Amino acid sequence: MIPFPLHLESLLSKPLTYLVFLMIGFLFGYVLEISGFNHSPSLASQFYFKDLRVFKVFFTAIVVGMLLLFLSSAVGLLDYNLIWVNPTYLWSGIVGGLIMGVGFILGGFCPGTSLVALATLKIDGIFFVLGGLVGVFIFGETVDLYKFFFNGSYYGRLTLMDVFNLPTGIVVILVTLMALFMFLGGEQLEKIYGNKDPKKAPKARYYGAGVLVIVAIVIAIIGQPTTADRWNKLESVRGDDLNNREVYIHPGELLDTFHDHKLNLVMIDVRSEADYNLFHLLDAENITPAEIPETIDDFIAMPANTVFVVMSNDEVTSTEIWKTLTAQAVPNVYILSGGINNWLATFATPYEEGFCGYTTEAGEEELHYEFDAALGSNCPAAYPDHDEYHLEYEKKIKLDLKRAPVGGGCG
Amino acid sequence: MTENQKHEKQNFRLKDLFNRPSKPYANPYLGGVLLGMVLFASYFITGNGLGASGGLSRIAAFVEDLIAPGHIDQVPYLINMAGGQRNPLDSWIVIVTAGVLIGGFTSGVIHGRTKFETHKGPNISNQTRWLFAFLGGICFTYGARLARGCTSGQALSGGATLSAGSWVVMFSIFGGAYALAYFVRRLWN
Repeated sequence: MIPFPLHLESLLSKPLTYLVFLMIGFLFGYVLEISGFNHSPSLASQFYFKDLRVFKVFFTAIVVGMLLLFLSSAVGLLDYNLIWVNPTYLWSGIVGGLIMGVGFILGGFCPGTSLVALATLKIDGIFFVLGGLVGVFIFGETVDLYKFFFNGSYYGRLTLMDVFNLPTGIVVILVTLMALFMFLGGEQLEKIYGNKDPKKAPKARYYGAGVLVIVAIVIAIIGQPTTADRWNKLESVRGDDLNNREVYIHPGELLDTFHDHKLNLVMIDVRSEADYNLFHLLDAENITPAEIPETIDDFIAMPANTVFVVMSNDEVTSTEIWKTLTAQAVPNVYILSGGINNWLATFATPYEEGFCGYTTEAGEEELHYEFDAALGSNCPAAYPDHDEYHLEYEKKIKLDLKRAPVGGGCG
Repeated sequence: MTENQKHEKQNFRLKDLFNRPSKPYANPYLGGVLLGMVLFASYFITGNGLGASGGLSRIAAFVEDLIAPGHIDQVPYLINMAGGQRNPLDSWIVIVTAGVLIGGFTSGVIHGRTKFETHKGPNISNQTRWLFAFLGGICFTYGARLARGCTSGQALSGGATLSAGSWVVMFSIFGGAYALAYFVRRLWN
């Protein structure tokens, strides 16, 4: 299993968890202060190309943070699927960003830097923070006027890799190079507009730039872990659950789960569309194995009480999909024991039997029921009567703790 | 120890802590490397990045809850933070915000930069600076709530995790500021 990020809530008591966050905040504030982020003229003068201090700090931090994140992910220390990646809301992001830009040049701070300015008793910082509290208040009172805009143009967990359809390593190299070129250009602008001599800056920064490029290339060469890599790491932990059939749930347990309102049940039918149209469980989603990778981010983001049940005609395909989802850190995934064939063997009524004959000659992962009409979920077996069946089974579903954070630092 | 030094030591006052000689800020690239390492540590340990506006908005919700608790329960945006019995301050992001204040204060004291003063452009009065800082604060957090994060939560944290939306927000922030910079140049130059 990939060890990081930690699930602090289950490892530490609440006060200790908060102590960790206090330490992170302390370091954040300390570094912002030594970087000069409490000095509003420095923050503002980047917009006149006179002093690009803030711009340099900011993009160096992004590149260093990015390289460390993806390096630790490449070597299997950190699970990128389990860290918070801001979801994309395109238009509210653009408009909000432009308004922030206005606030930046008028006020000379952003929220984080204004807190440090306040902490170091800068009076302009104190006024900015007070204005900031008023801004939050006004937003709370007005957002309902345009909530469709606020919640619209939603693309979920969208990364630059998705947008440009490039491997992670290449994006990491490109971002690194872009930042270095911006620093080079920035130093030239400072020379022209700010009378600063770039030759006086420490030579060590060239070596630093070299190190960044090398690390970026190393990340690209190692590559990010594939599903197979992830499963190999996980097999020692979860392989026994498969062998001991701990994750195969009896049809009766699935039927009871339909009626368990404490759980958010997501049924994933991974058969072909043709088989799905012949017969499927009510509310089961048809997601073919090829479409599974696109769904993982959404599955991880679902509420902590979500239970995923994968089903195919037998168990071979559903077991493979279980491995994929579990390796990709989707929690609480189960397999319908015996698949749809077993479901129909358990719940088929004379109504379904009127449309199909049973064959023992079907191959692996084929439907044993030969339907002569596409019933879909318009038949009793798609949603069996709960009161009619009292099946004996061994209960398998246990909710795991959700490891992925449910919100970022802005909620 | 000479008599004179002893005398000085006895006369140490809290006030002197804030009158230490100011040291220059760190090299920006070095500051950036350190900030990147803090950002990484945050993700590595907790799965979450850094943030600031989230803390501010919870503090605002807390103040609002003190003044008009009934009102909070009617504003959908605030219910999540402070509705009913919820304490808006009981959140990790508020703890991070408290840490930022302590960390900034500590560094400011160590380096002789914690002192009451107003930083501004050379051609405006303190009062003008305060007014624009206040207005800028209103705009910035309003935009930050709309974009679901500020320079820390979106641009820095989302930038490093390569979130597409965060890069859009980042360029919008810089775009907005650069576009307006010329027209308000008197504030800073």
